[in-house]
Amino acid sequence: MVEGALSIAQEPEVAAPPALEIPDFEIVPRLGLVFAAIAAVAIVVLVAVNKLWPLVFLHVSFGAAWTIIDLFLGFVLGPIMGAMPPPARVQFITRLMPKMVVIMPIVVTVTLTAGWQLASHMGTVLTTYPHHSWIVASFIVVGVMAVLALGLLEPANIAVLIELKKRRPRPEVVERLMKRFMYCAGVLGAMQVATLVIMTRIASFP
Amino acid sequence: MSDRRLPPFTEVAMASLALIVAGGIYLSAHLPKHVPLTPAIILLAASALLMVGNLASLTRVPGFAWDRFVQVGKWSLLAYLVISGLIEYTFLQNHIKGGSLVVLTLSLVVFTIHVPALVGFTVARYQEPDEGPGGDGRSPVIAGS
Repeated sequence: MVEGALSIAQEPEVAAPPALEIPDFEIVPRLGLVFAAIAAVAIVVLVAVNKLWPLVFLHVSFGAAWTIIDLFLGFVLGPIMGAMPPPARVQFITRLMPKMVVIMPIVVTVTLTAGWQLASHMGTVLTTYPHHSWIVASFIVVGVMAVLALGLLEPANIAVLIELKKRRPRPEVVERLMKRFMYCAGVLGAMQVATLVIMTRIASFP
Repeated sequence: MSDRRLPPFTEVAMASLALIVAGGIYLSAHLPKHVPLTPAIILLAASALLMVGNLASLTRVPGFAWDRFVQVGKWSLLAYLVISGLIEYTFLQNHIKGGSLVVLTLSLVVFTIHVPALVGFTVARYQEPDEGPGGDGRSPVIAGS
């Protein structure tokens, strides 16, 4: 400890820590847009075709992705990122967040569109369905999640990337926006548990 | 960070979105019954009023980074037009019509305008007056565009 302190003191030209190195990145990855376009076309076609299995496939697979991403971001990656040193955190953010810009909107849109079409196809969206209250409960949970995601999560995602594109990004702005993003992802993750309860309950009705 | 005072744009936008969502849930929870449209219309009107008031409040902010707001908002608008188009298409495919369709479509219009505005605001609020809309010149929303 003392030795280290001495060796630092003996360094005559110890300056401020070097500026954070920010890799070049695309705010919206073009390749990701291709996959998003494919998913959008797929849902348009499958809504028109209106067959049970493809709708179930899209709703379950995209819904699972949405749930897992929210839970993983909020409860696993968030705390890990918070413990990272700033240079590592910047490297991580510039790789993760552009992907999130493309992934989340299309995952959410496909899940909800396929879910609505599936419910229409099966008749569960109608008031005549015996367990209609569970469907309405899912509307409410998804509605709250949509307001949080659209109002807080997505704008913070874009804003943090644009801040990092500046010549002199302000760490306090990046920090503030990332905190907002991660806390929001955590809340959404917790709400996803409610979605899981509702969806598995609906699927278990005879 | 700039100390300029900003209106509670995010909070108001979220309230506006919550009203639209509530109207949508009200209508979809009663399908296929015909329900009075009045509650949904009131929620939609309140949401639209909040949106107009919200956008108007921004015009009173001195030095607000409108160039950055527009730069980000237009790309976001394009994305949400696609998303709203998909949702509207699903409504039409499911034979939703009449007053319900009108209310849901107008709700989508508010959604399509307000969410990109919110994204634009969140970015523009952190824009310092000495920064151009492109920051260091390498920050278009889609690289290379």
